Amino acid sequence: MSYISGYIGNIPVVTTNYTISDIIGAIKVRWSINRNSYSIKPGLYAIGNPDKSSEIYVSANYKLSFDHLRKNLNGTNSWILVLDTKGINVWCAAGKGTFGTDELISKINEFNISEIVGHKRIIVPQLGAVGVSAHEVKSKTNFNVKYGPIKATDIKEFVENNYKTSAKMRLVTFTFYERLKLAPVELVGHLKYFIFFVALTFILSCFKNFIFDINSGFNYYYIPLINFSSAYLAGTVLFPVLLPFIPVKYFSFKGLLLSIVISLILLKFGLAGKSILEIISYFFINSAVVSFTAMNFTGATVYTSLSGVKKEMKIWLPTQIILFSLGIIQWLIFIFFE
Amino acid sequence: MKLIYLNNVTTLKLNSELCTGCSMCLIVCPHNVFSLINKKSVIENKDSCMECGACQRNCPENAISVTTGVGCAAGIINGILNGSNTPVCNCGSGC
Repeated sequence: MSYISGYIGNIPVVTTNYTISDIIGAIKVRWSINRNSYSIKPGLYAIGNPDKSSEIYVSANYKLSFDHLRKNLNGTNSWILVLDTKGINVWCAAGKGTFGTDELISKINEFNISEIVGHKRIIVPQLGAVGVSAHEVKSKTNFNVKYGPIKATDIKEFVENNYKTSAKMRLVTFTFYERLKLAPVELVGHLKYFIFFVALTFILSCFKNFIFDINSGFNYYYIPLINFSSAYLAGTVLFPVLLPFIPVKYFSFKGLLLSIVISLILLKFGLAGKSILEIISYFFINSAVVSFTAMNFTGATVYTSLSGVKKEMKIWLPTQIILFSLGIIQWLIFIFFE
Repeated sequence: MKLIYLNNVTTLKLNSELCTGCSMCLIVCPHNVFSLINKKSVIENKDSCMECGACQRNCPENAISVTTGVGCAAGIINGILNGSNTPVCNCGSGC
């Protein structure tokens, strides 16, 4: 790595292209592997050969945020000021306050930004505004915060446009592809509970008529396994992808509708169970699982409010608990007595 | 596709008497909630508000108030388990 010296010690110069390890790192993060340590050192970085007239861009020390920014500054001479957000992305960190007014002011002072550049502009990503107060930064450092676009790909256009974002740049999106990218994290995120549940129900399945017989468990368990796996995949993968296409507003209700469709498909292929009691028990369990997983997806979206989610949970969390309990009780009756 | 969650739930309020029309709220809002009419900000798309609080924090006149927090069911459950009335994030890094 090369450095620029003569300012405040050595400032590392970073490239604007991705190496194989950057790409592998990004894929791993999307699958929740090593997600908790994907960070870079906070501080000042250089792109190209910046000088006193170059722009200063503020970023988080989550490596994925930093990588998006540096990639989109290719061909420019720029400074990047990385705040210490504990390895968390800009928006979430701004919500927690780590990407915030105090941290920004402290980094501006620590890295002597007023000596590094001759102007008084500092470009902060728009989503950072949740934690940063532009007028406070102005009064304490004299720097004018210019809120840049949500997507790093719009940065060059934003600068050319005299530091103004277009209405489109300011609007957060949640496209098919963006939702699809979240599915692996959902899939891996709840996996330990799913495996625990499968193991527990498998052991219970071996107790047909109160006699432990592992063979009867193996012979029978494919039915519950297909039902529970379908519910799990529906909640973690299908739900994020289909989110805007499912009618009704409450996520839990959307999940319930999705679960009903899944149950009907299983019923059609003769995989929903053998007796009425068993079929209804899976229907209840699956409805609760998909509805709950769907409700939890509120946190991954870009448009749910705290007031809204609280309202949703008041109605739907008890519903999910009741459905799940009824389903489990019926299933146990089926296993032990039918 | 426009994303709207529940209607009539947001705690967002704007005191237009204090507003000077600086349009910071229009600049920071990720959901295009505000618009400028006769040099004053107005809440135009109220149900699009996700209570992120960027407008409140960047209003130099303190004309905006909103109860902020993350709209995350897992965070709310985690908060309840920790005896807190506000969401507590538990998703590890990244968010």
